[in-house]
Amino acid sequence: MIEPRPVGGPHAHSGASIGRTMGLVMLALVPITLFGLYQFGWPAVFLLLVTLAASVAAEALSLKMAGKPIKLFVFDGSAILTGWLIVLSLPPWAPWWIGVLGAFIAIMLAKHAFGGLGQNVFNPAMIARTVLLISFPVEMTRFLAPKPFFSGDTPGFYEGLSISFSGHPAFDSISSASLLGTVKTQLGQGVALSDILSSDFNLWDMAFGIVPGSLGETSVVLVLLGGLFLLITRVITWHVPVAMIATMVVLAGLSNLIDPGVYPGPQVHLVSGTFLFAAFFFATDYVTAPSTGLGKLLFGAGIAALTFIIRIWGAYPEGVGFSILLMNAAVPLMDTYIKPRIYGRTRSGEPIRHEDM
Amino acid sequence: MSTSYRQLAIDGIWNNNVVFAQMLALCPLLAVTGTATNGLGLGMATTIVLVASALLVSVMRNIIEAEIRIPAFVLIIAILVTIVDLLMNAWLHDLYKVLGLFIPLIVTNCAILGRAESYASKARILPAMFDGLMMGLGFTLVLVTLGGVREIFGSGTLFANASLLLGSSFDFLEMTIIPGYKGFLLLILPPGGFIILSLLLAAKRLIDARKQSGAELADVPPGADVKQVSI
Repeated sequence: MIEPRPVGGPHAHSGASIGRTMGLVMLALVPITLFGLYQFGWPAVFLLLVTLAASVAAEALSLKMAGKPIKLFVFDGSAILTGWLIVLSLPPWAPWWIGVLGAFIAIMLAKHAFGGLGQNVFNPAMIARTVLLISFPVEMTRFLAPKPFFSGDTPGFYEGLSISFSGHPAFDSISSASLLGTVKTQLGQGVALSDILSSDFNLWDMAFGIVPGSLGETSVVLVLLGGLFLLITRVITWHVPVAMIATMVVLAGLSNLIDPGVYPGPQVHLVSGTFLFAAFFFATDYVTAPSTGLGKLLFGAGIAALTFIIRIWGAYPEGVGFSILLMNAAVPLMDTYIKPRIYGRTRSGEPIRHEDM
Repeated sequence: MSTSYRQLAIDGIWNNNVVFAQMLALCPLLAVTGTATNGLGLGMATTIVLVASALLVSVMRNIIEAEIRIPAFVLIIAILVTIVDLLMNAWLHDLYKVLGLFIPLIVTNCAILGRAESYASKARILPAMFDGLMMGLGFTLVLVTLGGVREIFGSGTLFANASLLLGSSFDFLEMTIIPGYKGFLLLILPPGGFIILSLLLAAKRLIDARKQSGAELADVPPGADVKQVSI
């Protein structure tokens, strides 16, 4: 007679690891990044390189200060991904120190001060972006119209160096506001919404990203492509993005029906700013989102509702960053009250009994 | 009660510091320390109230019944704060406008009631006043340090407007540390206060830990087998 000797739970390893997950997310970011770099030229390339280097340096420094093994963690991809996300949310021609400061704030203050990867309450990249936005409103809102490579008016290699590192662009007539900024300013000046949108809103340009904006957030199509890739590879689940988009569509649609002269419709809200990018890449962060499906739905809906409120009534034209951080703070509460069913037990915690046992 | 003045000084300024050890008075601390001058102003006002309340509480400690001591202490502190408030309004009016509500709010500063309750009401007059002075200096030290760090990194200056507080002969204190600095607004805003305070607290604990481990090593007799175990 063979006696079964249990040596472990009935679990199989899926092969998931921190490095693999981070790698897949980075893969999903590649098209967006390449397009952003193509559109905004050498200054964007330098900003990317400097920020990635600063993230790795900050990670190594934090690990050393915390007495953790450096080699094991520094290249697990999380620091590089954080830096990468920061760059994508910056204005493409931001000076080098914006990227470096952002990387250090994200990695040292928002991640390692809380205990490192998996312990942070707030999304590190989002903290960095918000801190930078509050502290340096001028540098952080200097958006510019795309100057693609090979189009003739791209800054050259050396000109790009001077834009990124000496902070004095040789020309200053190219800056232009993003759509949300324009809408907010002009509504304040009493211009009718339909006039603003007819002159500044082109759904086609917004969808492909041929508009002023942050480095990696302009192209809706490429963001959706990256998000779809993450969904197919099961790096993220559908809950947060779907809840965010659905809530935004409902709120913007209703308010637009009530008064189309003041409230932009859902198509404007969805394709502008960082909304879709955040829905797939920021709000789905494992560490700072709830762990259950219902929690994730609530989390996404909360982010979209707060974003809508800030965009319409707040002082800032864009509110995704603040909304994600506010909902991050609510996640521990959600995880306390919404718990997953324990395997083999009912929702109330009783063991499931079968007839034949 | 210990009347070793040396011990009172060490406790007040470092070991039992109002902010670093007792974690009291954080609200005014975070609110006014956008500049070192504001910190110094509030620190001095608080120190005056601390010393004077220690004097009055210690003098009256045998008259005040234990059951009503808290209202009595609050009354004493409120009278003193009102006096300081009116004096600053009269003679340091510009600084008074900057510090605003936080001068009257010294009355709710837990540190003052805390010292009255835990030391001045049990000690003789001189030690009580000395304790108040040292606690006040410890608080001022933190206020000025925090204000200085936030001011240097937040706006690139140090002791801006010091002449408002100390008179025009102290113009030399007003320094521009980083010329042409455009400012790091977050550090001037309340989150910057929390972040810098946490860094200062960490630094204080690091210094204490270093000192302690140094003392422990010194206790080990020479020649003993010491193994360092890292966990």
